[in-house]
Amino acid sequence: MPAAITVTNLRKTYGEVTALDGVSFTVAEGEVLALLGPNGAGKTTAVEILEGYRRADEGDIEVLGFHPATGGRGFRDRIGIVLQETGVEEVLCVREAVELYGMAYSRQRPVDELISLVGLEEKGDSRIKTLSGGQRRRLDLALGLVGDPDLVFLDEPTTGFDPAARRRSWELVEGLTALGKTILLTTHYLDEAQHLADRIVVLAEGRIVAEGTPQTLGAAQVVTTVRFSLSDTADLPTIGDGPEIGDDRVTYRSTDPTADLYTLTRWATERGVELAGLEVTRPSLEDIYLDIMEEADKAGDRQ
Amino acid sequence: MTALRADLSLLWRQIRSQNRTFWRTPVAAFFTLALPVFFLALFSVLFGASEVEDGYRFAQFFAPAMAVFAACSATFSNLSIGTAFARDQGILKRVRGTPLPPWIYMAGRIGSGVWIAVVSVVAMFVVGWSLFGFVMLWDNIGVALSVFVLGMATFSALGLSVCAVVRTADTVPAVTNAVFLPMAFISGIFIPLEDAPAWLVFLGDIFPLKHFAEPFGASFNPFHTGPVLGWENLAIMGGWLVLGMVITTRFFSWDPRGSR
Repeated sequence: MPAAITVTNLRKTYGEVTALDGVSFTVAEGEVLALLGPNGAGKTTAVEILEGYRRADEGDIEVLGFHPATGGRGFRDRIGIVLQETGVEEVLCVREAVELYGMAYSRQRPVDELISLVGLEEKGDSRIKTLSGGQRRRLDLALGLVGDPDLVFLDEPTTGFDPAARRRSWELVEGLTALGKTILLTTHYLDEAQHLADRIVVLAEGRIVAEGTPQTLGAAQVVTTVRFSLSDTADLPTIGDGPEIGDDRVTYRSTDPTADLYTLTRWATERGVELAGLEVTRPSLEDIYLDIMEEADKAGDRQ
Repeated sequence: MTALRADLSLLWRQIRSQNRTFWRTPVAAFFTLALPVFFLALFSVLFGASEVEDGYRFAQFFAPAMAVFAACSATFSNLSIGTAFARDQGILKRVRGTPLPPWIYMAGRIGSGVWIAVVSVVAMFVVGWSLFGFVMLWDNIGVALSVFVLGMATFSALGLSVCAVVRTADTVPAVTNAVFLPMAFISGIFIPLEDAPAWLVFLGDIFPLKHFAEPFGASFNPFHTGPVLGWENLAIMGGWLVLGMVITTRFFSWDPRGSR
């Protein structure tokens, strides 16, 4: 599939601060890529360079065949930007704002259809200042989609949402992917990236520290934990660094759980002992993410 | 040709939208339109109940001055304060992310300011005529219109240049008024400068407002002798126009302050 976005060795510094330090990635057409990372990781800088708001110090960038900084009107006609907490004329009505921000696109979506797509049909003639926070974000989404873009930038689309509003937003984004849109999403919520993205790029301090699908992300670091309770722990088999014997639980950490469990359960059945409360847990993506961020921190400290 | 027509249609729709936003913002409408009307009424009542000379009344001289004051407020103050707030809220950034050419957006703001200025001028003349005895004189209407066009260009450019130089929206209204109100006084908008000390007259001569207000007022002054418009009026306003354009194009930023 052709690439919608290709970024090679992107660098950007603000004075002493390095915001991006050699970032490379691609986004295929129709793909949803999440840039995941804590605040200050460089996500917004990266996205704003791709949107054409900022220039990179170094690096090759191609977005939909354009260089964003020089693509001008033709480039902006094909992208949609959903900005985080960005103003709009609050004295206008929802419908007026959609018409205003849509007027320059060559393929403008029908206004009423768009308003109902984001669930604001009741609010079409209401002043924007009367909208709730969640409704405002849905208006932001509508304004980002009004030109029927091929590529949509979503900057932290659900920050500050309650769980129900989040679910609704996710459904909207899933609706976009069903239309074949390419989406570049930034978020600092791991579950959001996991839920929406085909692929996740993890940024920390301006570098990519991990990359993969929600399933494979951090696969190399995956360590399965095996736990159970046992009173007589005298001749337990040694597997890896284990066992770790705590007050009432025995813990093994395994990178090869199928074989290691076999060893362990054979040992138990041969002796006729019960491994009480046996549990086998694969770390959640959240644990992996926290591990990745910890590794990145350590690497940063070593420098 | 069709591309140009499409752009002009975009411009027209931008102007209308800016106008709509303006009239729905009561504080802006109040300072631009209601305040000069109030000044016109107040000063006319205080000084102009009786005839000044030859059947002409105070409003004959004061209504054009208030028209200039309102027109400059509609362009200079509105463009600097309105654009600064729009930038601070990220509206300019949002616009910049759409295919709307930046010049059309700016021209839309300017066009709307000029339209409000036209409305204000007409309002001053109508109020002056209906309540305070202002008489419309048509002899120098061409000069008045030309000066008005140049004045609008100059004060639009200067308004945007304030917004270009002062980056925080909170500071812009203070700076704008601190420039505009003293300039109005030293330019003889409220009080004639006949008895003013020479240095004050000189100070007024440097700034563009006097060179807008004097020929515009003279166009409606039945006692004015000599040419209504001087070359120095055009030169000084033109100089400020160029300066405003240079500062704006050189320093204007679409980004809210503090974002990187």
